[in-house]
Amino acid sequence: MTAAIFYALVGIALFCTGLFGLIINSHLLRKILAINIMGSGVFLVLVALAKRTENMPADPVPHAMVITGIVVAISATALALTLMLKVVKETGHATFPDDEEK
Amino acid sequence: MNRKKFIVILLTPLLLTLAAGLGYTVLSLPEQPQYVQNMVTDKMSESGVNNPVTAVLLNFRGYDTLLEMVVLLLALLAVWSLDMSEPKRKTAPTPLLDTLTRLLTPVLILVTAYLLWVGADAPGGAFQAGSVLAACGVLLLLAGWRIPNKLTALPLRIILIAGPSMFIIISIITLFLEGQLLTFPPAQAGLYIIILETVATLSIGATLAALFLGVNHNDKGKENK
Repeated sequence: MTAAIFYALVGIALFCTGLFGLIINSHLLRKILAINIMGSGVFLVLVALAKRTENMPADPVPHAMVITGIVVAISATALALTLMLKVVKETGHATFPDDEEK
Repeated sequence: MNRKKFIVILLTPLLLTLAAGLGYTVLSLPEQPQYVQNMVTDKMSESGVNNPVTAVLLNFRGYDTLLEMVVLLLALLAVWSLDMSEPKRKTAPTPLLDTLTRLLTPVLILVTAYLLWVGADAPGGAFQAGSVLAACGVLLLLAGWRIPNKLTALPLRIILIAGPSMFIIISIITLFLEGQLLTFPPAQAGLYIIILETVATLSIGATLAALFLGVNHNDKGKENK
């Protein structure tokens, strides 16, 4: 197992941890954080798999895609946080309605 | 509480199965394909830069970067249109923060310029430089500095759209000179890329800092008067 494969497996673990958090937590801020952790896992997998064969230079195309992805993820997170603030302002809760009934 | 426990018990094996499946996929992947990589390596001498990632971002896949600048702008428009403006607090930086930001701001601007310039040969480029610039802006805002309202109206908007506009202008120039959008002639590719990256850095930095701020300060300023 090369270092790159190890990083890719860590990325998968991060993705699944994030998915777990996304489903379990009802607070919207935690959901946004969980989606970010999932995204980081995906980026790690992409970056690692770009250099999965030893003695070969890294493939620049996935690396460029990850740089693009990170910036888009930041702006999507900012939008999600603003939407969350709006939900809190309108309803007074940072959860979705069907979570509150329980 | 019982319901949550039930979900955890149900969810854990499902996610472990997913992780195992994904892990197995990663372990059983074939060797890295050579095809795309060879295309990039062969064209490097025509790209105008020495860093393959920058060559892919700004030259070979310029469309992606152009559209990404538009995505950033769209996100900012969406945040602004939600109108989450809060009452503007008049805060002055405390002496410690004041000194710290006065020391750090020039350093961060220098790092921005370095990252932008080094992007031609090593990891770096417009996005990394723009992020550092945005971090500098966020630091200043958190420390209590405020941009005068005069500068947040038109000048801020011009900086925000400068990046996408420069991409579109250069697309049109290359359309007439080369017959195709964003196809740089090898001789001038380096020049085109450095112009695009410089303007894009300013736009990315301003957009990310404005996203963090989240408030359309221009309207707020008008309300206050």
